[in-house]
Amino acid sequence: MAEFLRVALAVAGKDVRVELRSKTALVSAIAFAALVLVIFNFARDAAAVSREMLAPSVLWITFSFSGVIALNRSFSLERENAALDGLLLAPVSRSALFLGKYLANLAFVFSVETVALPLFVLFFGVDLSGSLGGIILTAILATTGFVAVGTVFAAMTARTRFAELMLPLLVLPFLLPPVISAVQVTARLLAGRPLSEIAGWLRILGFYDLVFVTLCLLLFPPLMDE
Amino acid sequence: MTGARSDILLAVQAALQSPPLLEARNLERRFGAARALRGLSLSVQAGECHLIVGPNGAGKTTLLRLLAGLARPTAGTVVIEGGRRRIGLLSHQSQLYNELTAVENLAFAARLHGVADPARAARTCLTAVGLAERADDPVGKLSRGMVQRVAIAKALLHAPRLLLLDEPFTGLDLQATEQTLALLGAERAAGRALVLVTHDAQEAWDLATHAHLLVRGVWAFGGPREASLEHFLRRCREALRG
Repeated sequence: MAEFLRVALAVAGKDVRVELRSKTALVSAIAFAALVLVIFNFARDAAAVSREMLAPSVLWITFSFSGVIALNRSFSLERENAALDGLLLAPVSRSALFLGKYLANLAFVFSVETVALPLFVLFFGVDLSGSLGGIILTAILATTGFVAVGTVFAAMTARTRFAELMLPLLVLPFLLPPVISAVQVTARLLAGRPLSEIAGWLRILGFYDLVFVTLCLLLFPPLMDE
Repeated sequence: MTGARSDILLAVQAALQSPPLLEARNLERRFGAARALRGLSLSVQAGECHLIVGPNGAGKTTLLRLLAGLARPTAGTVVIEGGRRRIGLLSHQSQLYNELTAVENLAFAARLHGVADPARAARTCLTAVGLAERADDPVGKLSRGMVQRVAIAKALLHAPRLLLLDEPFTGLDLQATEQTLALLGAERAAGRALVLVTHDAQEAWDLATHAHLLVRGVWAFGGPREASLEHFLRRCREALRG
């Protein structure tokens, strides 16, 4: 187990270090998130749709789409110079490789969300004073699941010629359950509804995480065998 | 019988008794309907250097990927004594991260291979390939030849018993080529086995114990190296014409 974690942390540390030097994924994902928020803010017909009605959907569209952009970088850096071959030749558990990539991707997507949330508050004028804790918990639960799925699909598409195109096409259908649940929770939190109304949605998010993180850990090793 | 002769006989006897480090049997690899490799077998013992030459598109890189376990053969088997942890691979591409320094790249690889004191091992290997002074430069800022030397250091880092080398002298200047030849010669003398793929037999001829010609996915001929490079090249030309 210690060896498993040591390898996972080495891979995650390497990815974070590469990203901090290149800033490719973070800068592009944060810029994308800001653009989405600006577009939705100005494209909204204030007379027809209130900010409160639109805000939860916009927040989760921003989080999930910018998250996919960050995930795209995850394995594209392994494609440069065929570095993935070096990883696969190492005598280590492929589940540990998955965990390392997954932890790094979680760090990237959480970083993007950390920057996007204040921008969301700024553009949509939403008051998060009573719901910030709940929204952070929802973001953690939703992101945990969809990043696991995204990491596996990023690995699968890395060896195809159209990786950047294929990843969103494959991942977005799997994002529906966590995004729908997260939108429902966020809408209720912003409306100040009681905890009993959101508990069911949070359970769905927790169940999705459990199922998909486990599945991804199990599926990653055979998927890496060519 | 002289002492030297008996030593050679004992070494040959030991080699014959020990299982080969690499045993590939009847390898076949298809890409759709196209057969890239057909019926290839190769047995490599400790201390041997197998030179594999062939024209572009002969299947040399595909063969090396099958031997390394990075691709699956459509048919046939590859057995590596001691498993894949015993392999060091130098491929066409460097397998390095441009944003990381040479020493960071090697230290990361050393961690994955369970090498003790990864940073120290990384610097030792970089010194061996003559890059100690550029160890802290990002790989993306090194010249093509320097990147190749870092890649060679990475292949040697975990002291593998079997080295699979795809065009190891690409991009190297004369001095670096000689340094690499000396390094690989020392590895072979230390009992490591080498499979060296190249399109130019001349540059690695002195290192080789065996030489093979691969043409359109099959061995045209191969076996223990002939005494004369010229004779080998003549046979290659005849085989390619045929």
